[in-house]
Amino acid sequence: MFAAALIVFRESLEAALFVGIVAAATRGLLGRGSWLSGGVAIGVLGALGLAAVAPHVSGWFDGLGQDVINIAVLSVALSMLLWHCIWVATHSKEMAMDAQRLGRSVHDGERKPWALLTAVALAVLREGAETVLFVGGAITGGNTTFGEVAAAVVIGVGLGAALGFVIYAGLSRVPTKHIFSVTNVFIAILAGSIASQLVKSLAQAGFLERWSAPVWDTSHLLSPDSALGTLLHALVGYDATPSAAQLASYVAVLALIYAGTKFLRRTQSLPPRAS
Amino acid sequence: MASIHRWLAVCIAGLALATAAQAADPEMTLVIKDHRFEPAELKVPAGQRIKLIVHNQDTTPEEFESHSLNREKVVPAGQKVTVFIGPLKPGRYGFYGEYNEKTAQGTVVAE
Repeated sequence: MFAAALIVFRESLEAALFVGIVAAATRGLLGRGSWLSGGVAIGVLGALGLAAVAPHVSGWFDGLGQDVINIAVLSVALSMLLWHCIWVATHSKEMAMDAQRLGRSVHDGERKPWALLTAVALAVLREGAETVLFVGGAITGGNTTFGEVAAAVVIGVGLGAALGFVIYAGLSRVPTKHIFSVTNVFIAILAGSIASQLVKSLAQAGFLERWSAPVWDTSHLLSPDSALGTLLHALVGYDATPSAAQLASYVAVLALIYAGTKFLRRTQSLPPRAS
Repeated sequence: MASIHRWLAVCIAGLALATAAQAADPEMTLVIKDHRFEPAELKVPAGQRIKLIVHNQDTTPEEFESHSLNREKVVPAGQKVTVFIGPLKPGRYGFYGEYNEKTAQGTVVAE
């Protein structure tokens, strides 16, 4: 049962930390609770659906069905996070200004962070589907009782959610003035991590061969299956055996977000044209 | 939105390229039965990419996982999935089934 709880914990941690960070990033937004739980609920439903069709999907594209779905999900999630980091972070001022010119008042609460909502749903979907498959297998496998499996799920998901809450509580102590900069750094790192996972999926499916060999192996120093390794994987995308392509994509995404944000901020600080 | 389109284009282009490239990769099969891998030691040629077919003959799902090969993939009960590995340097690469780690252990030997 301990092993089962650990697997469920590993799968749920990444999504839980992400939800915690997004909750902190959207503090003060009107109706945050309802759209955030809506995102999680959509993700859970999607995970159940995906797990149900997994046996059929896995045979698609000559045994690459799961990879193709994974690649699609990761690509959309990455786009959403890039969108959020670069566009929303730099346009909030402009949007408020536009609204003032039109003589309307705007509250941040009236804007719904659709990009983050989608990213939350996809994070839950991706991690959730594997959990559902594993739990389903454990129940039908006959080696464990239903009660044991249920306990493993409660402990695993509970621990994951607890850590998600810890990061939310920690980020909530950051002063409001800095909260968006801090959470944006976390979201940018998550985007880098998703880019790296995307590149790994592309290599695994045979769509990418160049630079796909691991550059180093730190699994003896810090096993990805250990508690700390799992935590670092979920938070900053720790991979014990990253390929050159993974490292390059991680760095490229961070550089893109940094440069994009800088560029847009500079464009905005110029006086508005009279048009 | 532009980035979504770009990624879609990359995916489709990749799919087309991959289908063309896959024909040349040697194919190896790994069977999962009674939560064990057969063969437990799989010899593969070094220096070229391998198309590894993992066939799960059990009634429960398994996750093929290897840190040294940098791969992880769920194989639903009774299904066959494809995992591309390598090109590998000569050596031994351990893999395991995450859902039944006690018994599901194996090694890829590249030579």
